[in-house]
Amino acid sequence: MTNIPIITAHNVSAKFGRHTIWSDASFTVHAGEFVALLGPNGAGKTTLMRILLGLMPVASGELRMFGEPPRRGNKRVSYVPQRHPVDTEIHIEALEFVRLGFANAWGFSLPKTAQKERAQALAALRMVDAQTLAHRPLGALSGGELQRVFLAQALLGKPDILLLDEPLANLDIRRETQLVQLVNQVARTQNVAVVLIAHNINPLLPVVDRILYVVNGKVASGTPSEIINTETLSKLYDAPIEVLHDSRGRLAVLGSEEAIHHHE
Amino acid sequence: MNNILAASASFSPNLIRDLKEMWQYPFMQHAFQAGTLVAIVAGVVGYFVVLRRLSFAAHALSHIGFSGAAGAVLIGLNPLAGLLAFTVGGGATIALLGKRAINQDVQIGTVLAFILGLGVLFISLYKGYATEAYSLLFGEILGISARSVAITAIAVLLTLAAVTVLFRKLVFTSIDEDVAEAKGISLPGMNVAFMVLVALAVSVSVQVVGVLLIFALMVTPAAIADRIAKRPVQGVAISVGVSVLATWVSLFVSYYLPYPVSFFITSLTFGGYLVVRVWQWCSKTSS
Repeated sequence: MTNIPIITAHNVSAKFGRHTIWSDASFTVHAGEFVALLGPNGAGKTTLMRILLGLMPVASGELRMFGEPPRRGNKRVSYVPQRHPVDTEIHIEALEFVRLGFANAWGFSLPKTAQKERAQALAALRMVDAQTLAHRPLGALSGGELQRVFLAQALLGKPDILLLDEPLANLDIRRETQLVQLVNQVARTQNVAVVLIAHNINPLLPVVDRILYVVNGKVASGTPSEIINTETLSKLYDAPIEVLHDSRGRLAVLGSEEAIHHHE
Repeated sequence: MNNILAASASFSPNLIRDLKEMWQYPFMQHAFQAGTLVAIVAGVVGYFVVLRRLSFAAHALSHIGFSGAAGAVLIGLNPLAGLLAFTVGGGATIALLGKRAINQDVQIGTVLAFILGLGVLFISLYKGYATEAYSLLFGEILGISARSVAITAIAVLLTLAAVTVLFRKLVFTSIDEDVAEAKGISLPGMNVAFMVLVALAVSVSVQVVGVLLIFALMVTPAAIADRIAKRPVQGVAISVGVSVLATWVSLFVSYYLPYPVSFFITSLTFGGYLVVRVWQWCSKTSS
């Protein structure tokens, strides 16, 4: 509705204690954009997400979300953390889990409110095509089903941006593609921006508008073709990297992991 | 004394008459009153203990409470005062040492070891036999005074009021801590609040089942609920139902049989847990 970008970052840096994780991050995320946040393990992708959530301060630079400094509990921001596989013993049904999205409130929900919340939770499940899972215990769901339930919870309350931390981890290639398509479809129809942390760009290439690449203490931002090329990546990693294209437009990045090991 | 009365009682198939008969005795009235109060609070708080996989904390707090009771006896105070002071202090310390709600094992272990050491010191310093402190080890439901019932009622009401206010935040942080934090709920705040609630619930429960058997009311009924309930509200209801029922049946039975009430409570709840496990195992293999 307004032209204020969802996220603007100017020369932002992040520190953990005295250790600088990355610096000089400058990028913008606009309403409805699909952004992939890439980079090797330990590069500080989750750190960036925690900063956006207001769970960690920036060390320097200026970061704005909706024109304001990030703050915890902002209703316009939803988050799906990277989870270890949910306890298989947990018997709470998916619908109740989705309903937790409303739960930052004191007291009990009176029956009428509870009913309304459950209706909205069911609608959110329907949005991610998971209404059949509503009454299944969380512990009985597969990895892909869980990710859909998590996504439904995040969609509750109509946020403007979804922050998804490695939703594709532990999914096989087919489920990976399905989930990416689902996130994309929901993001486009609901006009929600998405920042999605991933290791592999390939399943994301058909849908992604922008890439944030965190590596070697730097954060690069650009369109996929600007970032995923031999020259940019070699500069980012400070080591020779080769990007290969196959006949179907898929990319393969070679040499990156080795480069990281040399640096650490 | 109780056993003499019990020996003269005889069971009849008319349960109402049986209850009327046993309620003639103030000690049985107090036992039913305190037992019910404790079963309710242990069932409610216990459900969250199980949801957060924190049963070791409940266990530890009850032992910590024993040291507090021993300390109170040593300096001539009411053991319940020492029990409350130590469990609340210990609970808050454990919560502050650990960042996350789950996986606080190590913090709990270190705090527990230190405070049990204190308890050993207190008992060795006490000249004489610390009966009052020892009675907390196994609970003494048949020896509860009207005054203790009143104190228990106040503690239970306070705890239940706090749970009611915190209910949704407790459920959220118990099931989905990371998202709860991002939504603006203070995790350290909730952890401390929750551990203080556990401390209160433990302090009132040990009067009935004792330090060593705290799991019978706080963990086993909640574990049954956790396996059956699909919604947190149902979970709390089942947990309370099981612990209240187990307490009533145990008190009833113990009126006729000369064995400790706590033994009946632990056996009944564990039996119930086994039934649920076997039933779920059967329905899983048959489907």
